[in-house]
Amino acid sequence: MTPVLSVLVHNKPGVLNRITALFMRKGFNIQSLTVCITESPDVSRMTLVMNEMDEAALEQVMKQLHKQIDVLKVTDLTEAPMVSRELALIQVNSPIAQRATITSLIDPFRASIVDVGRDTVTVQVTGDAEKIEALISLLRPYGIRELARTGLTALPREASAVSELRRLNESQVLPI
Amino acid sequence: MPGMSKPADEMKRPMGEANHRTDGAMLLKGADMVVEALRRERVDVIFGYPGGAVLPLYDALFECGIRHVLTRHEQGAIHAAEGYARVTGRPGVVIATSGPGATNLVTGLADAMMDSIPIVAITGQVAKTVIGTDAFQETSIIGISTPITKHNYQIRHASEIPKVFKEAFHIANSGRKGPVLIDIPKDVAGETALFSYDDPPQLPGYQPTVVPHQLQIRKLMSGLSRAKKPVILAGAGILHAGASAELVAFAERHRLPVVHTLLGLGGFPASHPLFLGMGGMHGSAAANKALHETDFLINLGARFDDRLTGKLEFFAPHATVAHVDIDPAEIGKNVSTQIPVVGDVREALLMMLAADVESPHADAWMNELLATKEQFPYWYVQEGTGIKPQRLIAEIARLTAGNAVVITDVGQHQMWTAQFFPFEVPDRWVTSGGLGTMGFGLPAAIGAYFGKPEQQVVAILGDAGFQMTQQELAVIGEMELPIKVVIVNNGALGMVRQWQELFHGERYSASLLEWQPDFIKLAEAYRIPATRVQEDDALTDALAAFLAASGPGFLECVVEPRENVFPMVAPGTGIHQMVGVKP
Ligand SMILES: Cc1ncc(C[n+]2csc(CCOP(=O)(O)OP(=O)(O)O)c2C)c(N)n1
Ligand SMILES: [Mg+2]
Repeated sequence: MTPVLSVLVHNKPGVLNRITALFMRKGFNIQSLTVCITESPDVSRMTLVMNEMDEAALEQVMKQLHKQIDVLKVTDLTEAPMVSRELALIQVNSPIAQRATITSLIDPFRASIVDVGRDTVTVQVTGDAEKIEALISLLRPYGIRELARTGLTALPREASAVSELRRLNESQVLPI
Repeated sequence: MPGMSKPADEMKRPMGEANHRTDGAMLLKGADMVVEALRRERVDVIFGYPGGAVLPLYDALFECGIRHVLTRHEQGAIHAAEGYARVTGRPGVVIATSGPGATNLVTGLADAMMDSIPIVAITGQVAKTVIGTDAFQETSIIGISTPITKHNYQIRHASEIPKVFKEAFHIANSGRKGPVLIDIPKDVAGETALFSYDDPPQLPGYQPTVVPHQLQIRKLMSGLSRAKKPVILAGAGILHAGASAELVAFAERHRLPVVHTLLGLGGFPASHPLFLGMGGMHGSAAANKALHETDFLINLGARFDDRLTGKLEFFAPHATVAHVDIDPAEIGKNVSTQIPVVGDVREALLMMLAADVESPHADAWMNELLATKEQFPYWYVQEGTGIKPQRLIAEIARLTAGNAVVITDVGQHQMWTAQFFPFEVPDRWVTSGGLGTMGFGLPAAIGAYFGKPEQQVVAILGDAGFQMTQQELAVIGEMELPIKVVIVNNGALGMVRQWQELFHGERYSASLLEWQPDFIKLAEAYRIPATRVQEDDALTDALAAFLAASGPGFLECVVEPRENVFPMVAPGTGIHQMVGVKP
């Protein structure tokens, strides 16, 4: 299980340092970390993707986060219904002759070409980690020059939406 | 002036700039705001050391009515603040300048963090205008202290001072207590802002659970009533929560054996028939037997430190574990716990006392433990003409009728004190547990004296650890503090020497102090009356005279150099595998 935690923190200087210092001190490993402002300017949301760990270890991470005075809320999204997205920019070799292949390749991913050079194109893709991994491995044979990923950001699904989804699932009206 | 803790005429220094307003707020300079905040927090003593960045603050402190104790090193100041906090339960306050002054606090902050000691540390910082330029004596004490404080603040404008101080004192002394640092740039001290101290702290991210969940208490009590081999492990949480009376009542109500951690000593009376002694590496055979064999362990405010548990697989392997702790992160951290109870341990005990359940049927177990306690007391062999350190401690206990506030440093003498000084009442035992900080003892004794000036204060120090902060003798000499300093001189970094003897083939690498200063002359240089004793038959008289004298005193006790601390749970073994349980 790769835990995903959503952490609401005070938006003020030094808070990111407190969190990373905590992780270093306790030896917790992070796969990705995103920090951004929320609807309230005093509050930031951190989305943490942790390395695989057992439940006891995850509980300890959450409790330690909670101990921080500037942490307002810690939510474990790992198994909760959530929307999660990541954005990747992939600069891939693409001589003019091959460009059409690349375009058709990325099309099903709803990715787009956001920059074009003489020998390369830069592809932008958003989605969950799995989708991004899939596109990267498809593009790898062409030669990836540079890759930038934002890391995951996530929100729990709204409760009403969740129950609606469940209802639809159960009634099997709509395959989601 | 509504809300003032002291009438204005009591302040010796008139607040020149004070401009009183009808709403209780007043216009003050930053430095005066700090002093005013300290007054509102009813701080009666500050330990500190001045320097460039705190000059404006020291100017405001001058003749302000709050006592300032000038230690001779900032480490001394923060350990003194810890000693004060430990015996009073109130936050200790320490001030240091920027750069080296601030970095000298690091050991004390880490020590206070480990042992949950409430401290408010105030550091000066270079002016805001030059922060980040590597200015003279600039250091990022916020960066340095983040992992070793409960929280820290850098003040960006004088207007933040009241809010920050209010929060800092609240955070330091509530929930799981700990150190909070406030870094104040020099120019902030000169800024003027409105001071109002009436608003309660607003800390949405800090809401410690004080009252435990009734359901968890019920689970605990019903588990207890079915237990055959129950035991209470009582930690320093009992002392922080002021729960000694409730602990005694609860243990007596259900006839439960009680084991203390090193830091918990004094929470339960040592002479109580239900007391098994300290558990852990140098604990009693009975205490460790109980922790190993129990089927129902109630941890009250202890954190299952590895020096207590020994190898985890042998720690209470057959037990249902209930753990009461104000810090939820401690529950389940080291020992898996079936009944977690988050809350203040005194509140928990009150709820546990109110529960109407049958006491466990554990007479056989209790009798077995008491027989073990009887059979394997702490021991030493009195032989030769030299002084056995254990007898020294027992004699100090006897001659002070167990009433003294006892402070130790770290090492063998610390463990012997924990074993041979029977602590009967709470808050008279000051030692560095989690961090094991050599050099802690002497300054902590100074702080303990200021916290409990009416009590006799005895500092029991190792010959090596004493030398780490010995300059604080100056405070004792200068202020003629009636602190009795005992040096347990075994000519060695005794605890290190013991491990080398037992685990490194007697290769005494850098652990023997073959050269030592003349301790008597050293104490006398600080104008403290000093005596040396080295023969066992002279010990009692020397001690009695030393303890009875008024004013400061220094006793160098030359003890058997090869004495070891037993019993012992060797590192990496289980608590049931103690060695040296008898001569
Ligand atoms: C600051 C610090 N450095 C090193 C140690 C490791 N250490 C633990 S006990 C000890 C020896 C202490 O010697 P002494 O103060 O004479 O006490 P004794 O054990 O001899 O009673 C040492 C070096 C420590 N605990 N703290
Ligand atoms: Mg020694």
